[in-house]
Amino acid sequence: MALAQEPHIALPETAAIIEIRDVHYSVGNRAIFSGLNLSIPRGRITAIMGPSGTGKTTLLRLITGQIKPQRGQILFDGVDVTRLSVRDLYALRRRMGMLFQNGALLTDLDVFENVAFPLREHTKLPEALIRHIVLTKLQAVGLRGAARLMPAELSGGMARRVALARAMATDPDLLIYDEPFTGLDPISMGMIVRLVRQMHNALGITSIVVSHDVEELSQLADVGFIIAGGKVAAQGTFSQLKNAESEIVHQFVNGLADGPVPFHYPAPDYYEQLLA
Amino acid sequence: MTLLRELLDSLRSFVATVGAVALFFVRVLGQIPRALLRPGLIVEQVYNAGALSLVIIMTCGLFVGMVLGLQGYDLLQRFGSEDALGTGSALALIKELGPVVTALLFAGRAGTALASEIGLMRATDQLAAMEMMAVDPFRRVVAPRFLGGCIAVPLLTMIFISIGIFGVQLIGVQQLGVDAAAFWSQMRASVDVSDVMEGVIKGCVFGVACSLIAVYEGYTATPTAEGVGRATTRTVVISAVLTLLLDYMLTAAML
Repeated sequence: MALAQEPHIALPETAAIIEIRDVHYSVGNRAIFSGLNLSIPRGRITAIMGPSGTGKTTLLRLITGQIKPQRGQILFDGVDVTRLSVRDLYALRRRMGMLFQNGALLTDLDVFENVAFPLREHTKLPEALIRHIVLTKLQAVGLRGAARLMPAELSGGMARRVALARAMATDPDLLIYDEPFTGLDPISMGMIVRLVRQMHNALGITSIVVSHDVEELSQLADVGFIIAGGKVAAQGTFSQLKNAESEIVHQFVNGLADGPVPFHYPAPDYYEQLLA
Repeated sequence: MTLLRELLDSLRSFVATVGAVALFFVRVLGQIPRALLRPGLIVEQVYNAGALSLVIIMTCGLFVGMVLGLQGYDLLQRFGSEDALGTGSALALIKELGPVVTALLFAGRAGTALASEIGLMRATDQLAAMEMMAVDPFRRVVAPRFLGGCIAVPLLTMIFISIGIFGVQLIGVQQLGVDAAAFWSQMRASVDVSDVMEGVIKGCVFGVACSLIAVYEGYTATPTAEGVGRATTRTVVISAVLTLLLDYMLTAAML
């Protein structure tokens, strides 16, 4: 599609669509990543998991160039995202679609216009064609009938499906899902899992799913990474992850309350504080 | 010593904020040519900021005019020169009351709406989603709203002045019995084009200032319920103070 034509981007002969090399990122004095290495295979569904607060969302923002690391490289198809100018970065982002946690639909536009938004902004397609594309995408997520509803009238699951249709509108190479299952009932959750799978199978795009729902992800993803302590703690298929030796991975995959990630937030001695 | 240090600190943060607003202004100006290519978006914002403020502007204009009629008549009849009511109140409205009161009302009605809208767009990731769709929020969100405000305020000012003069006439001529011919002819004889230009220039400057403050506060708001609330409050306070300060400076420059 014409959208994907970018002059500076040559396709290298690598299986990884994203390569993260020795990335260091800290906010103030708190190091979030210290020497993160990770590569995301092309054409697969990759899960990125980890306990809350390990910087999963930060990792997505690094990949999409919303923030820049202090050190290290982030290669998207061989192009270093951290060194791009704003203009080139915007050009690159047209090849990515991102699904935000709450959908992030534009509240002043209805469902149809939300899905049409990237098309209207980036293309000069005739109205009839835009209508055609939008209705196709909405049909794919089962919400063609909701085209004229406003975002405020949608349930959480519906909003996320509309956001998925919007992310698909420009046919990206990479789709990123930030916590797509959070706060959904089991039916909506099942729908999203099915949709992610379907989109993936039908279009052969690369997907990255960030979440901590190990159960859902094991049905969905081909490979997974578990991030803890600013590094990749484990990687591989889900059966490999379940049998991983690392204690933190064991705690995370099996959902144990205590382990390397303690139940208690660091605090002074309990008795001393009570008796003081 | 601590007092001095605190003073210096607040002075430094004030200068830093002024610098940040200036950089923001430059960024908005940079996006204006591209925003102008989408006039539909600007028209929508002129409607939001201007047309939706019409009721409050017209109501207030009428009351300000009526008060001016009463007070002006009371003052002038002490010197037996009620006929000068038209001139005096028209000059007061055109040069001062129209632009200033319109700007204050605009900040309260439209500025707050702009700031909270943009702040909530940030809080609900809508701006981040736009950036991810390779759409610059400055071009798509900030610039059209800024331009909409800049266009709306001078227009609202003119409407305020017209309604205000009608209000003066309503009280002065219809009720208190000032001679209608003297009222209008004196007004036409002594209000100059340069007086009207002063009002127009003030309206334009206040429009730029109030719109800039509103979009800046909204865009830089902390993305929480409290942060958006604070940004809304700051929009009104800063706009009001800045309007009055600029009013003094402009008056001094143009007299």
